[in-house]
Amino acid sequence: MNNKNNLFERDQLKVAFKQAFVKLNPAVMVKNPVMFTVEIGTSIMAFVCGAILLGHQGEGSFLYNFIVFLILLSTLLFANFAEAIAEARGKAQADSLRRTREETLAKKVLSDGKIEEVNSSFLKKGDHFFCEAGDVIPMDGEIIEGLATIDESAITGESAPVIREAGGDKSSVTGGTKVLSDRIKVLVTSEPGESFLDKMIALVEGASRQKTPNEIALTILLAAFTLIFIIVCVTLKPFADYAQTPITIAAFISLFVCLIPTTIGGLLSAIGIAGMDRALRANVITKSGKAVETAGDIDVLLLDKTGTITIGNRKATNFYPAQGVSFHDFVEAAVLSSLSDDTPEGKSIVELANQMNTDIGLDVSELTSRISESIKFTAETRTSGVILKDGTDIRKGAQDAARNIAKHAGNDFPIATSDKVTTISANGGTPLVVIKNGKVQGVIELQDIIKTGMKERFERLRKMGVKTVMVTGDNPLTAKFIAEKAGVDDFIAEAKPEDKMNYIKNEQLQGKLVAMMGDGTNDAPALAQADVGVAMNSGTQAAKEAGNMVDLDNDPTKLIEIVEIGKQLLMTRGTLTTFSIANDVAKYFAIVPALFITAIPALQGLNIMGLHSPESAILSAVIFNAVIIPLLIPLALKGVAYKPIGASAILKRNLLIYGLGGIIVPFIGIKLIDLAVGIFV
Amino acid sequence: MYTEFVGIALTFGLAILLAIPFGKFIAQTFSGEKTFADPFFNPFEKIIFSVSGIDPTREMNWKQQLKAMLGLNFLWFGLCYLVLLCQGFLPLNPDGNPSMSPDLAFNTAISFVVNCNLQHYSGESGLSYFGQLLLMFLQFVSAATGIAAAATVFNAMKERTTQTLGNFYNYFVKSCTRVLLPLAVVIAIFLAFNGTPMTFDGKDKITTLQGDSVEVSRGPAAAFVSIKHLGTNGGGFFGANSAHPLENPNYFTNCVELWAQLIIPFSMIFALGFYLKRKKIAYVIFGVMTIGFLLLVIPTVVSEINGNPALSKMGISQTGAMEGKEVRFGAPMTGFWSIATTVISTGSVNGMHDSTMPVSGAMQLLAMMVNAFYGGCGVGFLNFYIFIILAVFISGLMVGRTPEFLGKKIEAREVKIAAFIAILHPLLILSGTALAAHFAASDTEMGYWLDGKASGWLNNPGAHGFSEMLYENTSSAANNGSGFEGLADNNPFWNILTGILLWLGRFIPIIGPVAIAGLLAKKKFIPESSGTLKTDTTIFGIMVFAVIAIIAALSFFPALALGPLAEYFS
Repeated sequence: MNNKNNLFERDQLKVAFKQAFVKLNPAVMVKNPVMFTVEIGTSIMAFVCGAILLGHQGEGSFLYNFIVFLILLSTLLFANFAEAIAEARGKAQADSLRRTREETLAKKVLSDGKIEEVNSSFLKKGDHFFCEAGDVIPMDGEIIEGLATIDESAITGESAPVIREAGGDKSSVTGGTKVLSDRIKVLVTSEPGESFLDKMIALVEGASRQKTPNEIALTILLAAFTLIFIIVCVTLKPFADYAQTPITIAAFISLFVCLIPTTIGGLLSAIGIAGMDRALRANVITKSGKAVETAGDIDVLLLDKTGTITIGNRKATNFYPAQGVSFHDFVEAAVLSSLSDDTPEGKSIVELANQMNTDIGLDVSELTSRISESIKFTAETRTSGVILKDGTDIRKGAQDAARNIAKHAGNDFPIATSDKVTTISANGGTPLVVIKNGKVQGVIELQDIIKTGMKERFERLRKMGVKTVMVTGDNPLTAKFIAEKAGVDDFIAEAKPEDKMNYIKNEQLQGKLVAMMGDGTNDAPALAQADVGVAMNSGTQAAKEAGNMVDLDNDPTKLIEIVEIGKQLLMTRGTLTTFSIANDVAKYFAIVPALFITAIPALQGLNIMGLHSPESAILSAVIFNAVIIPLLIPLALKGVAYKPIGASAILKRNLLIYGLGGIIVPFIGIKLIDLAVGIFV
Repeated sequence: MYTEFVGIALTFGLAILLAIPFGKFIAQTFSGEKTFADPFFNPFEKIIFSVSGIDPTREMNWKQQLKAMLGLNFLWFGLCYLVLLCQGFLPLNPDGNPSMSPDLAFNTAISFVVNCNLQHYSGESGLSYFGQLLLMFLQFVSAATGIAAAATVFNAMKERTTQTLGNFYNYFVKSCTRVLLPLAVVIAIFLAFNGTPMTFDGKDKITTLQGDSVEVSRGPAAAFVSIKHLGTNGGGFFGANSAHPLENPNYFTNCVELWAQLIIPFSMIFALGFYLKRKKIAYVIFGVMTIGFLLLVIPTVVSEINGNPALSKMGISQTGAMEGKEVRFGAPMTGFWSIATTVISTGSVNGMHDSTMPVSGAMQLLAMMVNAFYGGCGVGFLNFYIFIILAVFISGLMVGRTPEFLGKKIEAREVKIAAFIAILHPLLILSGTALAAHFAASDTEMGYWLDGKASGWLNNPGAHGFSEMLYENTSSAANNGSGFEGLADNNPFWNILTGILLWLGRFIPIIGPVAIAGLLAKKKFIPESSGTLKTDTTIFGIMVFAVIAIIAALSFFPALALGPLAEYFS
């Protein structure tokens, strides 16, 4: 995966440069009202230049008009270039994913059961194919037979292989990933060219890119600004006639182009594409630009506890021996009961004992040699353990199971231990009771381990105004403890799939936007109901179809990043709009005096920048107007940085930088350009 | 000079101070809460409702509200037009004044219906008392229309989801009976005691000290002058408006008349705060408006006090620029009044705006071009509301969230309407001025539209003439009604042109905000979170101010440069 953040690469620049000219086609330009009017202005200037060459008088020199024409043309090209470079970057990102799947051979299963090697592009939805160790999976699909370890690093960048198997929630495979072991039979689930990746690529390439609601509203506003300045410029003609001040066509068009919001108009679509591109760089495939935008508005975030908030497995954290049992004996019994237990919990008990090794002097290898038979966990006994060579029977299990064993052996369950069990449960832990020959030895405390950094992340979300909700199958008491420890705002305990759904619906009824992540088929309805549903790439096909984003990394905390990308997208649009409009102040002061100064010398008082001559003033303003677009392309592509400091503080900051900055910068810029232009004029 | 400033400060301060309790009263009136005044007004209103067959509890949606509003206004326009056309034959005409020409009647009827009162006639010779009374009635109802429309928007801004926004007629009647009438009566009595005539007798004959015999026009002026200010109408009884000694006898009445035009626009803003139970938002809006107002007032007053540099050059000492001003008011008060009357769409004058300094002229124009600092009764807030919507949209994006205003999402449809309203004002002013400037520049023979050539309507050539045309169009589109008074405006061209501007400049900016508010009211209410942009903060206030300054003011920059700015730098 190419995660490099080089803004411009040589071949992308080349493509974008060419596209900048291709996009001059008026049929394409008309979609962007602001730039379309600039194109009309540019064509008028071309006519004016032609007319002067044919001997028309009164519009100034050919050179001056031609320069104005060239600057306007470059304004258009710059704007087109911005869009093209954003597209090229997104496309390059998508291509690097797509390339991995091109020209792979697929072992297609024919109707008679034979296997034929075909090119992956000939696979259709509903076809079956086999993949063996070493094969690249040719298409997105679902495993229907077998199990395999798969290297998904081509997509996710994560080098550790993952296991995918038929049935259950981990049955889906992605084209371009590589099978490392075993053999699987896969059902193709999408038509060629319709996989998520293909859809994404189409979005970035603009073929099916639709404007998002906010983008539409902003386009309307920008069109309105354009209209105001059409009115201003058209009515200026009779005003000037009355004041007996002839104004050249070049001056009219320059004034108009400078006043309309070309900066944001030129960068608007680049910002939108770059937003999706940033999502892709975060390894999230979005089905629409709207989903990214909506992510920025999220009010509530539903997160599964296991695997998201906690590291997924419980870990032993403490040994509590029963009365009359020495600590050393108890730990020894606990370790013995867990040595042949392959579950993560069992391993963590041995691990914890090892950490204490120096204190109590246990020799794990010596202990192993004492075991004669291991007893696996069954649903019936609900305990697991070992029988030693000397006949000792050691078990561990939940409290009620342990109580039964003790009762059978005619032993009491010590009250102190029973109390300990209750305390551990109340603290969100899981108690495991160890029994040796029917006698209670003590309790092992297992705890959910909260992933490092989660608390800070939730704090960050809270500052963004996002409420976090933990979803868990635990009982309410345990859930509450973990929720508090992790710093989430709310939790759903003993959650059934429909609980998630109801919670989402309830929040939505209150007008809130809800995001959730899920992988299982039973998550699909909730993913579809949520405003932003992020399916894990490892999840089932149903989940991926239901959500509007797919996270290739299967990282449940990815939503936080997505929310920030969404916010950045809106902020970049807002700040550049503000900047663009604030620029008008300086441009007015550059051009308006220049228009009238020859007829009304008194208006020299308005020339507060002290610009060289009317011609140089107009040229400086249009040059500034054109040059600012490419200068802002990096910002449009990277996005304005988001910091969760509260809405008013962000507004203050952005208003200061882009509002006040937008007023001051052009004064300086235009003056500097005027100094340079003044040398030649 | 010192006392003149005290008068200004006291009037301004008292208006703010009294606007707070009065705003609370207005809020209670429109939210239907019980007030101390109920026993006085309820029986009175009951009669009005039962006579007119209105059920004040019938809920209306925003479209029904607008239909009711437009229907009423069309009715009055028709009625007023007919009366003015025939007033010569109608009763209450002791001075035997003639009927109006069709184009003047058209202009006058519209301008009173739309709360503008442009007055291309002189009251003394142009109107019968019957006409004056009808116009006085319109000064009530046009102000009440604005207040009622604002009440509809207040209702829509509440934190809930709804289709219906109360009853327009209910708001309208209560605006008249509870807001306008009581204050109007008090002020009229005060003016009458200070020498403003209140009679139905015709002209009075007096013999001056020099022994000449002079006829002095009079009439039911006190009542007229009172509502002209309270309702931010500005239509004077006499041609000279509040510069006329009978309409505004002394410095004290001047202060009261100034106070009367400030009180309701101020109160409406505070009423919003009480109505929504969000006082802070009212303070922010009021703060932004006040800063805008002061930025216009200060340069005006300063330039008026400094006097005319052309006279100073001639070595004539002056106490401020006194040309076209009344000695009893002085330069600072006249300067202050000129901005108050243009910021608030009153348009009554106590001096000649044509004779004020170029800076003052520019400020007066700017005040009407912005048309959202305080503004007219009710409509001032409606204009400001449009700028709030635009500011919310841009700043909402800037903080990375789909823009919301008071829990409602601002989407394409609302932006479309707000943008359209924001464009309308410059469109009306600039295209009207462009038309006039075009004819004046080519000095066209105007035929029916004007006796003679187009330049005939200009009293001054060059930049000042341009200012006069710009002023007339601006005053019409802003529904202000004040005139630069240098322009020959009683002719078909100006009567009909400004009539159209008045009509469009009045009703579309009412329809727009009501439509936006109605659409927003229907949307799902979203509770505030820490990611929501708060609209009752200083920083948001600055944002709104910036939007107003850049959108409303800057689009007029080229026009101002050719008019008052060109004069100023000369």
